[in-house]
Amino acid sequence: MIDVTTIKVMPEFRLLPKTYDGEREVTWCPGCGDYGILSAVKQALAQLQIPPHRVYFVSGIGCGSKLPDYVHANGYLGLHGRSLPIAQGVKLANHDLKVIATVGDGDGYGIGAGHFVHALRRNSDITMIVEDNKVYALTKGQYSPTSTRGWISSTTPDGALEVEFNPVVMAIAGGATFVARAFSGDPKHMAAVFAKAIAHKGFALVDVLQSCVIYNPINTVEWYRPRVYKLDDDANYNPRDYAAAMNKAHEWGDRIPLGVLYVDERPTYEEQVAALANGALAKQPLRGYSRATWDEFRAAVM
Amino acid sequence: MIKNNMTIKIGGEAGQGMDTSGAGFARALVRAGLQIFANQDFMSRIRGGYNFYQLRVSDKPVYAPDDATQLVLAFNQQAIAQHLREIVPGGAIIHDAALKVDAAALAERNVHAFAFPFEAKALEVGRPAGMDPKHAKLMLNTAALGATAAITGLPFERIAQVIAENFGKKKGSAVADANLAMARWAYDQALQSADQFAWKLIPPADGVNRMILNGNQAIGLGAIAAGCKFISAYPMTPATSIIEFMTAQAKRFNLVTKQTEDELAAILFAIGAAQTGVRAMTATSGGGFSLMVEALGMAGMTETPLVVVDSQRPGPSTGMPTRTGQGDLLFLLHASQDEFPRIVLAPGGVASCYADTARAFNLAEKYQCPVLILTEGFQAFASRSVGVEEMPFEEFVVDRGKTLTDADLDRLTPGEYKRYALTADGISPRALPGHPNAVYTATSDEHTEYGRIEDEDPANRIAQHDKRMKKIEAMKREMRMPEWYGPKHAPLTLMGWGATRYAIREAVDLLNAEGIEANALHFIDIYPLDETRLANELAQAQRLIDVEGNSTAQLAQVVRVYTGRTPDDKILKYDGRPFTGAELARAVARMNTQAAKARARVPARSNEFLRVRAFP
Ligand SMILES: Cc1ncc(C[n+]2csc(CCOP(=O)(O)OP(=O)(O)O)c2C)c(N)n1
Ligand code: SF4
Repeated sequence: MIDVTTIKVMPEFRLLPKTYDGEREVTWCPGCGDYGILSAVKQALAQLQIPPHRVYFVSGIGCGSKLPDYVHANGYLGLHGRSLPIAQGVKLANHDLKVIATVGDGDGYGIGAGHFVHALRRNSDITMIVEDNKVYALTKGQYSPTSTRGWISSTTPDGALEVEFNPVVMAIAGGATFVARAFSGDPKHMAAVFAKAIAHKGFALVDVLQSCVIYNPINTVEWYRPRVYKLDDDANYNPRDYAAAMNKAHEWGDRIPLGVLYVDERPTYEEQVAALANGALAKQPLRGYSRATWDEFRAAVM
Repeated sequence: MIKNNMTIKIGGEAGQGMDTSGAGFARALVRAGLQIFANQDFMSRIRGGYNFYQLRVSDKPVYAPDDATQLVLAFNQQAIAQHLREIVPGGAIIHDAALKVDAAALAERNVHAFAFPFEAKALEVGRPAGMDPKHAKLMLNTAALGATAAITGLPFERIAQVIAENFGKKKGSAVADANLAMARWAYDQALQSADQFAWKLIPPADGVNRMILNGNQAIGLGAIAAGCKFISAYPMTPATSIIEFMTAQAKRFNLVTKQTEDELAAILFAIGAAQTGVRAMTATSGGGFSLMVEALGMAGMTETPLVVVDSQRPGPSTGMPTRTGQGDLLFLLHASQDEFPRIVLAPGGVASCYADTARAFNLAEKYQCPVLILTEGFQAFASRSVGVEEMPFEEFVVDRGKTLTDADLDRLTPGEYKRYALTADGISPRALPGHPNAVYTATSDEHTEYGRIEDEDPANRIAQHDKRMKKIEAMKREMRMPEWYGPKHAPLTLMGWGATRYAIREAVDLLNAEGIEANALHFIDIYPLDETRLANELAQAQRLIDVEGNSTAQLAQVVRVYTGRTPDDKILKYDGRPFTGAELARAVARMNTQAAKARARVPARSNEFLRVRAFP
């Protein structure tokens, strides 16, 4: 197999965003924020020059989770809420692949919350992009963990009673080593954030404020536009400062920070697994041990 | 003198170390060239309660526990109470002098009691070695080993070696010396009574050294032999020791083992790993398997090769964690919604746990589907001395089916690869992700040949569903028919599956020895089976008695659906305890007389918790 990591990219072979164009018709509603996310994902991959066969998308179920179906790259479109364990299994078995999970807020923070919390601690070298439209869109508008308290939907006619889940606070507190926020109304900035997240070594979360033109009439592009601001513009902001990051992560309402909220360095999970020291598990021979090793085992149980 | 054929039971509280001393004694015997079968009976608690370790010794292979006990080592009062009845005439009980035994009851049954001041001596020996009373008392174990060696005629050196190994390395030589001194003292004490005990252990001159492995270790080893390099699991008795064993061997064989946050993650990690081409597995018990069910269907849908072990315990929900049962068979056949191909194997015995697990990995890749291994608590914990030749490692041939090699992939035209191509046998060539010529998605939605979501098109749905289901035809040709044991054309056939294999065989032997001609039909491959071939096998059975560890005769239900054949009688046990051959033979014999007599309509009563039903 060709080891692409060693290939020098000739200008004429440069990977462009359109390299990752899928062959299928995209079925999202016209005006859906997911279009911007899709294009930013392709731009980020092109920026990083990662060829499609080295990318492995994993998604769940939901409008946003259809993203890998619209990209030319490897992928596994799995179950609702279950993308992270699959993604981590892929990464543990073949860490030469760039593994990116793309899911909705219901998927990642609701049904998949248990996996989310543990992925934060584990620091597997994967990227999680959450298309956070603050609603269950594919099932037609029920409230989600990130829906504002009081949100009225078919299952919460008197308004949602729980306080909303704050994914970025959770991620920082839980041990993620890269936590960022992007906005589907600003694909260029979003692409830059994605590129940083994908390049980051360790678990990277990007929570994307995504507009849903059908089921979220409140958190619209127009609602977000005057509120969002970019942390990159603030020369004094240091994403390595835990306390400062926590402060920013709590900021919501009139002013909503975008960009890299928090960065930390910790060995990735895969780096700490002894069996992976000699390369990706998938590339090691199936029965790579010797007869002597087997005899050694036999002696140990005698 | 009765040579090399006895059962020893060591009983006490959890934490007293019966398992360590039992395992140490077993090791000494196997090193001496004898064969053992050892099982543990323990409660689901860490300290206290009542546990025992049961060791059957012979100079021939032994595959199952026996009811009759020749020697009991009692570490507490309950051990005496519990096992006194099981000791055969002429047998003996070794106990601490502080424990009470009913001498009259013993004498009446011609059972000897050998009392020694183990505890007092342990405190005396432990003090100068710097051991506090709690640790000193643990030396009861080594003392008991010494006494047992003396009573059974085993040379002291045999156990001295194991004790030195157990204590030498980790605990420092003062402790090791104290233990050796204890063992020696007990040995010398007991030697004086040795001629009162008729059962002797005399190692054969030409004895070969064997391995000691339990069913779960054999499953782990079978997986490793097949090239499995990945296990993810969440601890659940009686499956936990599979991931523990593989983790202990991870450095030796370069494995990745992962304890995950729950069983959902366990199966999903394994599916992710399998998707990259690594042979991967997960292992759990029924409760954890229940959580895995949605993902099992996903593996079926995305045609991911995967091995899942269900180590059964009795009861729905939490049930009886440390006990055994066979209640999950129908659940595994149907787990997850709609229809997709799967394979279910139920190994019987340690060697089968090894070989059939290894085979499972080939089947999973060949048919690109989940393979379920159905084992149970009894088999998980029970260990046996296994000859190296019974677990051949060199001979195993890896079969990856239609997995494409790098050379195959190099020849493909980019963009043309179809992961779910419609083929004659339903199996599509499988590319492993990472090659520029085969970039593809796998999809849990119904999908096109390319693996893209196709939730609507009815023709595509039928084509893809039929493609998947077609694999079952080829599987049926490959799957093995149940095996026969005992005289051909016997008027009586015992039918069973999985871990009851050797108890049933022993029952058949006992029955034939008593003049009741019987044979056995035992299933390891459970699903899918060829209906016609199966019907032919069953046609050879005359009176058919179904033997199962559940209350609804689940295998019999399956056999009936596939062949129309209904068993004439059933022996069903679901008290959480394993069958023994003797118990089964008694039940069959009783049934036989009943059936021969008035064809009783009333279910026979049994104080052994067997549900024996005679059908008029
Ligand atoms: C186990 C399971 N439960 C429920 C569903 C139904 N379901 C599909 S998508 C979805 C929620 C989607 O919301 P979100 O993840 O936020 O994605 P969005 O559609 O908003 O992009 C639900 C409940 C399912 N597919 N699987
Ligand atoms: S329902 Fe909302 S999230 Fe789904 S495609 Fe339409 S706009 Fe996008």
